[in-house]
Amino acid sequence: MAKNKKEKQEGEKKKQGIFMTLAHSVREYKTVTILSPILMIFEVACECLIPMFVGDLVDQIQYGLPTISQIEAGTGALNHIIINICCLVGLAVISLLCGLFGGRTAAAAAAGYAKNLRHDIYEKIQSFSFENIDRFETSSLVTRLTTDINYVLMAFSAIIRMCFRAPFMMIFAAVMAFLVNPILAWVFIAAIPILGIALYFIIVHSYRLYKQVFARYDNLNESVEENLSGIRVVKTYVSEDYEKEKFAKSNNDLSSHFTEADRIVAWTTPSMTFLMDVVYIIIAILGSYAIVHTSLGSVGAMGELTVGGLSELMTYGMQILSSLMMLSSIMAMIAMSGASCKRVYEVLTEEPTLTNPENPVYEITDGSIDFDHVAFKYAKEAEKYALWGVDLHIPSGSTVGIIGTTGSSKTTLVNLISRLYDTTEGTVKVGGRDVKEYDLETLRNDVSVVLQQNVLFSGTINDNMRWGKEDATQEEIIDACKLACADEFITSFPDGYDTYIEQGGTNVSGGQRQRLCIARALLKSPKVLILDDSTSAVDTKTDAKIRASFKEYIPSVTKIIITQRVASVEDADMVIVMDNGTINAVGSPQELLETNQIYQEIYNMQHNIGGNK
Amino acid sequence: MPARSKNGETVSVREATHDGTLGRLLHFVVDGRAGIITLIVICIVLTAVGNVASGLYLSEMINNVITPATTEYVFDGTNLVLRGLDGALLNKLIEYTCIVGAIFVVAVSASICYTQLVAINAQKIMKGIRADLFNKMESLPIKFFDTNSHGDIMSYYTNDVDAMYQFLGQSLVQFISIGCMLLFCVCLMLWFSIWLFLIACVGIVVEIFVSMYLTRLNRKYYAAQQKATAHMEGFVEEMMTGLKVVKVFTHEERAVQDFDKKNEELYYHGKKAATIGNIMMPIMNNIGNLMYVIIASIAIIFLIFEVPNVCLQDIAIAWNGGSLQPISLGGVVGFLTYTRQLYTNYGNLSNQLSQSARALAGARRILNVLDLQPETDNGQITLVNANFDENGNIYECEEKTDIWAWKEPHEDGTYTYTQLKGDIVLDNVDFGYNEDKIVLHNIDIYAHPGQKIAFVGATGAGKTTITNLINRFYDIQDGKVRYDGHSINEIKKSDLRRSLAMVLQDTNLFTGTVRENIRYGRLDATDEEVEEAAKIANAYDFITRLPQGFDTMLTKDGGNLSQGQRQLLSIARAACADAPVIILDEATSSIDTRTEQIVQKGIDQLMAGRTVFVIAHRLSTVQNADAIMVLDHGRIIERGNHQQLIEKKGTYYQLYTGAFELE
Repeated sequence: MAKNKKEKQEGEKKKQGIFMTLAHSVREYKTVTILSPILMIFEVACECLIPMFVGDLVDQIQYGLPTISQIEAGTGALNHIIINICCLVGLAVISLLCGLFGGRTAAAAAAGYAKNLRHDIYEKIQSFSFENIDRFETSSLVTRLTTDINYVLMAFSAIIRMCFRAPFMMIFAAVMAFLVNPILAWVFIAAIPILGIALYFIIVHSYRLYKQVFARYDNLNESVEENLSGIRVVKTYVSEDYEKEKFAKSNNDLSSHFTEADRIVAWTTPSMTFLMDVVYIIIAILGSYAIVHTSLGSVGAMGELTVGGLSELMTYGMQILSSLMMLSSIMAMIAMSGASCKRVYEVLTEEPTLTNPENPVYEITDGSIDFDHVAFKYAKEAEKYALWGVDLHIPSGSTVGIIGTTGSSKTTLVNLISRLYDTTEGTVKVGGRDVKEYDLETLRNDVSVVLQQNVLFSGTINDNMRWGKEDATQEEIIDACKLACADEFITSFPDGYDTYIEQGGTNVSGGQRQRLCIARALLKSPKVLILDDSTSAVDTKTDAKIRASFKEYIPSVTKIIITQRVASVEDADMVIVMDNGTINAVGSPQELLETNQIYQEIYNMQHNIGGNK
Repeated sequence: MPARSKNGETVSVREATHDGTLGRLLHFVVDGRAGIITLIVICIVLTAVGNVASGLYLSEMINNVITPATTEYVFDGTNLVLRGLDGALLNKLIEYTCIVGAIFVVAVSASICYTQLVAINAQKIMKGIRADLFNKMESLPIKFFDTNSHGDIMSYYTNDVDAMYQFLGQSLVQFISIGCMLLFCVCLMLWFSIWLFLIACVGIVVEIFVSMYLTRLNRKYYAAQQKATAHMEGFVEEMMTGLKVVKVFTHEERAVQDFDKKNEELYYHGKKAATIGNIMMPIMNNIGNLMYVIIASIAIIFLIFEVPNVCLQDIAIAWNGGSLQPISLGGVVGFLTYTRQLYTNYGNLSNQLSQSARALAGARRILNVLDLQPETDNGQITLVNANFDENGNIYECEEKTDIWAWKEPHEDGTYTYTQLKGDIVLDNVDFGYNEDKIVLHNIDIYAHPGQKIAFVGATGAGKTTITNLINRFYDIQDGKVRYDGHSINEIKKSDLRRSLAMVLQDTNLFTGTVRENIRYGRLDATDEEVEEAAKIANAYDFITRLPQGFDTMLTKDGGNLSQGQRQLLSIARAACADAPVIILDEATSSIDTRTEQIVQKGIDQLMAGRTVFVIAHRLSTVQNADAIMVLDHGRIIERGNHQQLIEKKGTYYQLYTGAFELE
């Protein structure tokens, strides 16, 4: 029991935390954010006052219209009516102005908040380390930045407008109703819980069902997506009818659940109408009784009431009950956005696992690399080390090949050098110093990595190249591209270096893309260059040419080449054979060919298939 | 749910009426359920009557019960006293209450009835639309899928269907209901006073113009906002995909700067769109309020100066021989009540209209898809189980024999049978994805049963395109493709494809068990046949090691399997199809050398004894092909076996020695 309570408290605390974190993004839009509900309250107040003046007007028409002779007598008999009309016009104008200003401020607040929140999340994501990125996954980050944010914003707009409108409307209307007739107003007060309970049941019941509906909806859409990407398979195996049947089944399933949920929600309108009708009749009968008694001069059990008062009561009753409906739908909406708020909150509160040291070193002396008793695992709670027992010295300016089967942690090994991940145990040194002592930007500029999953961005080739060096001159870019053997095909394009690269680099071939990525990394003029399987789509001849030009033009740069091809490492100074998360052997290619079984195996396999033996 | 179409397109009701979208949409609604729809409309009208009745009830009570009770005097024997609620008035009150009570009961019942019916039928209609859409999609030619982005097609099923659902479930009902209310209000206003109604009309005209103006602005800003959103989301997707590259190049600050530019743009448009959305209701409401005050003032002037009233009520009285009266107090009160209702309802109407613009755009897109031409199929030749009689003649039989024959019908009602062997000939074939742009020129290929034909060439040389022609994913422009001597255009498409299995680069597994995925190749395969296929594909070992073996569930394109395992399953699927011809598009993604060997062994076993077309991405796999076709820009520039081509020292030789890039 106590534990339950504690959990609940913690849950509350977390909710508060989410709210506070998300609210933090309001910043410079605080004024408009606060102003919007205030203007909304004024607008609602006007809306609730208007029926009163309308009722008075009705009363004046009903009971006290002066005759022409009275008006001509100039006794000011019309004054009362004129004042009333002026008040009404005034209220309508105030309400209009509040509505216009409130609408503007709320729009500014919502759009501004949206901007800030998007900025905050995006900036936060930019501060993520590889470990953070791995934890969230790209697709999930995209969803959080788009769909989830939209839900949060929907809730935000609702909170600064409707969350004030509905309750204040209810309170004001109730107060006005009590002012008109304190006894009859109780009829509304009695109606509120009845409608409230009905709505509660409808919402709770349907919310549960809708959850199931959405899960089924997702399944259905997933199967459509499967059909889209697998349409060639579907058509090849002539399984259109099979797929149609499958779809019909999930469609039926979805539809029946959807109908069930919708049918429950469909009770909202009739129950509201029914309750309103009952209230209407009760008020009409009791109101008539009260009016007649009032006019007879004897205040009856129902208190005082006029004809205008009766119509006011009706209006207030409508306002009270409809704002209750509004409130319930807002609650449902905010509940729906809860999950999204949480997902956004998770991003905002995620701590970057890599940070700059306090007194960073801005200078790297040379490209030597040392691994000292290094072990690494991707998650603290993971049992298995992805990398273990690594001791290694790579002299500055040497060419190192890394070879091994998939899953042997080749990439993991090199990722530690530019501190894309931090070691779990042991230290990695570049230029004789622990990588953790360097300024991150300095380190990553001097240790240039061409990732396996590499990406070009939409923009011209020049734009992409300047990622490596923002102020690179055209000559520098051309030099780098020549080194990476990319110049030859770039110049064959009609637009040359101004050729526009589509998103994801889809308009160049795989080999060209890889060469552009290498050129981009070269522009950093690094001390260490790491190619993570970056020439797999490049033909062997060009591959060799690239390696030769590396040797000739950037001899002082330490070059680390991960590859599947034995040919790519055959002229390396040293080759590291990785197996199952650790170094199996280190040596020159010749040594390994003689002594190392794994190396031999790979060598034989590739040379047999490639050759004519 | 924030339903949002990809380009933020909206279609106004007027445009939708004009281009027939609305009519066809209504046809979807009414088709086959005219009776129910009539019932729904009647129920909506009855509900509207209930709404109007409550106002009428109140004004009748005031006029005929309260007013007499509070203004008429009676002689109680000594004094003139106010009449009060005497017996006659009390009876009237009870009478009115009973009548309105009865109307309420009917209206609430009608309301329950129509809301339930709408819920049920809207879902039925949506189910129908989804099914139509999917069935249509399955029947469309491959070209549709190659030329439309998957994201766009998906948005038919999500955004557009959602928007249509909103329209059918809510907007349509609201239109009928509001239409009724407006009609009733107008009638009742006319009933009370034609003069005052004419004045109210001025207000309505003002409202119409204002709402039209606002709606137009709304659509404009909304479209701009959607454009900015799409811009932003595209950027976000790109940057998230390249996030690790951003980190490696320490480009974080620049990335944030670029983002902020797009963010600022979205802020600007978003603010404008939200402003219009927010101020619409206050403007409409308060125009209503002001008009109410104006009409009330004029009514008061009418009352004071006793202006003769013209109204339907009077006309009715005059018809019966009465005379025109000035407007009564009760008449003014009644009239004002309906004025309010009229303005409120008009405000709702314009709100619904602007909401339906999105639904109609969605409906138009869906209808466009439904209008597309399905794959055509004029083939007459079918594939049947066959056997040989003692004379070696082939004949058709019912049972499964593992021997298949093409069954060609003739005009005289007879059939000829030819055995399915897998002999494929492309004879001087030209092809272009568009009529005017030919991408394949004069392609001649002869593949005898059991031969292995390999295609080699750079990306875009036309390797995949050729295979697309054999199974008629696309139809050739010129030339002939023959399968066992029959032109493939004469073979029924489904039977043609059944005789061709395919292993593609993308494995495309489906949600379901491993067994179901293998059986996908041939839906009537027995469990033994499935397992046999797995063994051929070299997949049996790993499958049996899975937690639930053949019954292991696969989700999201086999996301729980490794790349190599997925490929093995896709090979097993093809093995299960047991077709005499196989099209094989080698996987490009790098799997490590050991796994590759296992996969290669599976492929080799699959290929044994079948005609195979291989799209090769690695030259190592094509050396034992019977013929290698080297393609360049849609032409076969070299052909021959490995030995011949090496000796020729042409393009193939250069490719082979690594002088040219393959991809």
